[in-house]
Amino acid sequence: MFFSPFISKPDSVAQIMLKVLLALLPGIAMYVWYFGPAILVSITLASITALATEAAMLKLRGRPVAPFLKDNSALLTAWLLALSIPPLAPWWLVVVGTAFAIAIAKQLYGGLGNNPFNPAMVGYAVLIISFPVHMTHWLAPQGLVLTELSFAQQLQYIFSGVLPHSVTLDAISMATPLDTLKTHLHLEESVQQILNMPIYGQIGGHGSEMVAWGFLFGGLYLLASRIISWHIPVAFLGTLFAIAGIFHLVDPAHYVAPLFHLFSGAAILGAFFILTDPVSSPTTNKGRLIYAAGAAFLTYMIRVFGGFPDGVAFATLLMNIAVPLIVLYTQPKVFGKKDKNKKDNQP
Amino acid sequence: MTVQEFKDILHNGVWKQNTGLVQLLGMCPILAVSSSVVNGVSLGLATAVVMALSGAAIAPIRNLVPNEARIPVFILIIAVLVTVVQFSMNAYMYGLYVVLGIFIPLIVTNCIVLARIEAFAAKNPMWQSALDGFAMGLGLTAVLAVLGGLREIFGHGTLLSGIDLVFGEAAKSWVITVVPNYHGFLLAILPPGAFITLGMLIAGKNWLNLRAERKLKGANATVAPVDGGCAVPHGS
Repeated sequence: MFFSPFISKPDSVAQIMLKVLLALLPGIAMYVWYFGPAILVSITLASITALATEAAMLKLRGRPVAPFLKDNSALLTAWLLALSIPPLAPWWLVVVGTAFAIAIAKQLYGGLGNNPFNPAMVGYAVLIISFPVHMTHWLAPQGLVLTELSFAQQLQYIFSGVLPHSVTLDAISMATPLDTLKTHLHLEESVQQILNMPIYGQIGGHGSEMVAWGFLFGGLYLLASRIISWHIPVAFLGTLFAIAGIFHLVDPAHYVAPLFHLFSGAAILGAFFILTDPVSSPTTNKGRLIYAAGAAFLTYMIRVFGGFPDGVAFATLLMNIAVPLIVLYTQPKVFGKKDKNKKDNQP
Repeated sequence: MTVQEFKDILHNGVWKQNTGLVQLLGMCPILAVSSSVVNGVSLGLATAVVMALSGAAIAPIRNLVPNEARIPVFILIIAVLVTVVQFSMNAYMYGLYVVLGIFIPLIVTNCIVLARIEAFAAKNPMWQSALDGFAMGLGLTAVLAVLGGLREIFGHGTLLSGIDLVFGEAAKSWVITVVPNYHGFLLAILPPGAFITLGMLIAGKNWLNLRAERKLKGANATVAPVDGGCAVPHGS
């Protein structure tokens, strides 16, 4: 194929997905630095499961296996899911979640390009609803707890559920910064007191804020290479900042500063990597703004007033339902047509 | 009633026009009480009994009821029969009665009951109508049993839990532990699990039908390509 030098060849799906995977690397590197290499195990497990499930489902559906396996989309789902569940989760948790995401949330709807819901988030929702206890065993950042597991001990725990003698799960795991905040707010402590706890860092959680910076860095790369447009990240983070800001201004003792919300939980990851999924997000720019703003509103409400530790996954899924409607009402004006004639264009 | 008629009605109710997998009527109880085999089968059988009785009760008076007033009359008769079943369960199977709760009286509003009355009992003689109602109920029971079984195995790792509610304390040892030390998969017990499992069952039935059709076509193409072997649609 020949292209004139001034026409750039559009990226293939596989290339785009590969770039998104690459963009996740800084965040993953930070994760490994602060929380140890256990996350790499769950990413590997999820990747293998995703590829195997995808291949099996494609075969069952009578579709060509190799071209679809090579498009890297299953890998992306696997990585996003692995990043949203605790690294020390037992191996079957990762496998069940990934297999569900690929088999039911993606392939049963018709495979890549046809899934109305973000598969990784469906996997996450299934896991947090079905196995709430296992989903709360987050690793404490290194240096914060007395006992730390070696990588071999972590592997042993992930695959056999056996902890080394005299180590309890509580000693090595802790709730997420968001969860801790919620729990202590219920105990009538003020935000200022809570943020003095050692698990909090400069703006978010100790360690997890750096992971968020890593994802932000990767997300900016995606923006710069025009894989995603600015609408979803800006609208999501902006709305989250604004809502959190209003609450914080009114009652700073009970509502934490807006930057904390941006840099904890899955906010940055969601804004750049999850909500921007090209399949399950709106195709119109105006629609993207509405979609992301709605997701931010829901995320804040679930985080602050809901029972779950983080709201990004449920917010994403709820807004996914609304996408067809949003797209329908945000169709851009056809060039050369007057606005009043808009009705005539619609069937 | 000829033997052929008998077979047709039974086949229609249990498989061909299965309420759960083909007509997709009465979804509310199917999804709500199918969290275990015992719950599912009990409600299925209760519905089957009501359907058989209402078919038998309504078919003889089908020509006496004025067309305009038929729905309220039919519903009243169904309601009486459901009340009878409800009180019997209250008296003889109290534990189960408590578990199934509101879904027993709700059999009245289950559209499958009225649908079969309208589609079948209002046009056919008594025995056929009773059999049709019972066969439809059996089909429903079968779906509820499979659905309940799958959800129970995936959700709790057991089978037949709660059987003591039906057969008394001695039956407690009948509960089968399919997967020992199971962590439980809550999603299967929750409503989404019911939807997903039912979807799989419907897909499974369609796949079986498709396979049978292909076989039939293959046989016809090689042996006798006369009538195409297509079946005349039964029932409504």
